[in-house]
Amino acid sequence: MNRLAFLQDDRGGKIFLTILAIATVTIPMFNLLVPETSVFHISIYTVTLLGKYLTYALLAVAADLVWGYLGILSLGHGAFFALGGYAMGMYLMLQIGDRGVYGNAELPDFMVFLNFQELPWFWGGFDQFWFAIIMVVAVPGLLAYVFGYLAFRSRVTGVYLSIITQALTYALMLAFFRNEMGFGGANGLTDFKEILGFSLQSDMTRNALFIASAVALALGYLSCRYIVSSRLGLLCVAIRDAETRTRFIGYKVENAKLWIFTFSAMLAGIAGALYVPQVGIINPNEFSPLNSIELIIWVAIGGRATLYGAVIGALLVNYSKTYFTAALPEVWLFALGALFVLVTLYLPKGIAGMKKNKAAKA
Amino acid sequence: MKSQSKKDQSAKRKNNVQKFMQRDQVFDFLTPKATPKLDLSHNVILYLEDISVSFDGFKAINDLNLYIEAGELRCIIGPNGAGKSTMMDIITGKTRPDAGMAWFGQRINLLELSEAEIAEAGIGRKFQKPTVFEMLSVEQNLELAMAQDKSVWALLRTKITSEQADHIDEVLQSIGLIELRNDMAGKLSHGQKQWLEIGMLLMQKPQLLLVDEPVAGMTHQEMDRTAELLTSLAGKHSVVVVEHDMDFVRSIAKKVTVLHQGSVLSEGTMDHVQNDQRVIEVYLGE
Repeated sequence: MNRLAFLQDDRGGKIFLTILAIATVTIPMFNLLVPETSVFHISIYTVTLLGKYLTYALLAVAADLVWGYLGILSLGHGAFFALGGYAMGMYLMLQIGDRGVYGNAELPDFMVFLNFQELPWFWGGFDQFWFAIIMVVAVPGLLAYVFGYLAFRSRVTGVYLSIITQALTYALMLAFFRNEMGFGGANGLTDFKEILGFSLQSDMTRNALFIASAVALALGYLSCRYIVSSRLGLLCVAIRDAETRTRFIGYKVENAKLWIFTFSAMLAGIAGALYVPQVGIINPNEFSPLNSIELIIWVAIGGRATLYGAVIGALLVNYSKTYFTAALPEVWLFALGALFVLVTLYLPKGIAGMKKNKAAKA
Repeated sequence: MKSQSKKDQSAKRKNNVQKFMQRDQVFDFLTPKATPKLDLSHNVILYLEDISVSFDGFKAINDLNLYIEAGELRCIIGPNGAGKSTMMDIITGKTRPDAGMAWFGQRINLLELSEAEIAEAGIGRKFQKPTVFEMLSVEQNLELAMAQDKSVWALLRTKITSEQADHIDEVLQSIGLIELRNDMAGKLSHGQKQWLEIGMLLMQKPQLLLVDEPVAGMTHQEMDRTAELLTSLAGKHSVVVVEHDMDFVRSIAKKVTVLHQGSVLSEGTMDHVQNDQRVIEVYLGE
C-alpha cells in the first residue's frame, strides 16, 4: 500500500475509486448472471451507455489536469479524444475484411465507394491491434507536443491559447470532413464487426469493454493524482497562480506545461479509443468545437482541480443529457445552459467544491 | 622551388589538420563554463566599482562605488530616483552597466553572468511586492523555492529528504511561520507574506540577500519582527536592505549608505549620516 501513499489525503478520490470498483464488478454481473425477467437485470444497452460515460469521465479527468491544475483552458481537448478514436476506428475498420457491403477484402467500404485503388500509406499497420494501440496514444501525444512546444515557447497564455486550441480542433474537423483525406469523410468510420476476434455485438464483449473503460478511468485517475500530489503538481499550481514568479525561481515553465499537456492529450486519446467500439462510429463531428466546450462545462460543473469532480460532472451532465434528449428533446440545451449558469452562480467551485465549503465552514 | 613551396603548403595543411584533431584539447565552446567558487578571502562579498548606467541620456547611476563586507547588514537609503533600484538591477544582472566593474567575492564577475546564473551563484533578491503562491501552503511554498533539480522528471519522482526537511524547518523557524506551516499562503497577512517571501529566498541558500523595501505597508509590530529577522540573518548571510522608512533603518542599521543622483553621497553609521550636511540638504531640500 506504500506505493499508493499519494492517495492518503484524497478522500473524494478514495470514495470514487471504491464506487468505481464496486460498479465494475457488479454491473456486468447484474447483466450476465441475473435473468432478463428479473427487476435487477441491467440491460446491455445500459451497460454500454455507462461504458460510454466512463470514457467521457476519463476525458474530463484529462481536461481537469490541464485546466484545473495548470490553468490551461484548452477548448480543443475533444480533438485528442477524436484522434484516439480514429486510430481505434481504423483498426476496427480493417477487421471487417470482406464482410463489408462491397465484399472487398483489401479496402474498407468507403474507399471502394470513393474509388480508392489501394489502402493509403497511413493506414498501414492498423490491421495490427498493438500498432493501433500505440497510435492511440502516439498521435494525440505528438500533436499535443508539437502544438504545445510552439504555443508555450512563445508564451501564449490565457484566452489566446484557448482560441488557438479551438482553431486547432476546428481545422481538424474541416480536414476530416474531406473525402480525399482517406478517413471516410462526413460519414466517418462505422459498421465495425469485431475487436480482437470478438464480436462487438456480443454481450460478453460489451461487458469487457465496459470493464476496460472502468479500469482505464481508474488508472488514468491514479496517474493524474500521482502527478498532482508530487512536487511537479505543486509546481503546476504555482504556474497556474503566478507564472512569472515561478519562472523567476528558476523553473522552466514551458517544459512543465508541455509534458502535462502532452500526457493529458494521451489520456484523452485512450478515452477516445475506448469510446469508439462502444458507440460503433467515429465521424468528424467529434472534432466539433462544441464538444470541447461541453467537456469544459462538465469539469466546471463537477468542480475544477479535484479530478474526481471532473468525473462527477461528466457522469451527471451526460446522464441528464441522455434523459432529457429522450424525454424532452427541445429542453436539453436550455437545461444544460441553466445547469451551467446555476453552478457558476451558486457553486463556483462546482459540485465537488460543495463538500469542501461545508468542511471549511465547520 | 615550385616543389618546395608545394611541400610547404602540404606541410602547413597537415599541420592545420593536426591542430584541428589534437586529442588532448577540446574546443573552447565545448568546455562547460563553470562559475568559479565564491572567494571571500578578503572578507568583501560585493564590489561595485566606477559603475555608470544611463537610460536615454539620463544618468541613473554615475560612478558608483560600493563595497559590501561578508556577513554585513547594510542599509541603502536615498530619495526617489537616486538609483537604488537600478543598482539592484545591475547586481542581479537585469540591467547591464555602460561602464565599471561588478564582482561577487574575489572571483565571480557578475557582468559575465546571466540573471539565472547570478541567482545560482548565490545572490537572492526580494522584490517590493510580495508574490507568494497563494493556493499552496507555507511549507509547500518553501519546498518549491528550494535549490534543487528543476527538471520535470526529477520533480515528478522526488521525495523530500530529511536534510531538506530540516532546512525547511530551520527557515520556518527563522521567519517565524512555523505554526502556520500548513496554512494556505493566501491567508497570510501582508507582513507574513513578506516574511514568507524572505524565507523562499533563504531556501536557495544565498550568500547575499538583496531586500527591496521590506517593511512597506507593515504595522509597527510587524516592522519590529522584520527588523529582528533581518538582524538575525546578518552574519550567516550578507544582507543589503533598500528602505525609505527612517525609523526602521535606524533600528537595524550599523552602516548606512546614502545614494543621491546615482552615486554615493555619504556612508557611515546612522548618526554620522544624519549629521552630514550634504545629506541634510538632499533630504530637507536646499
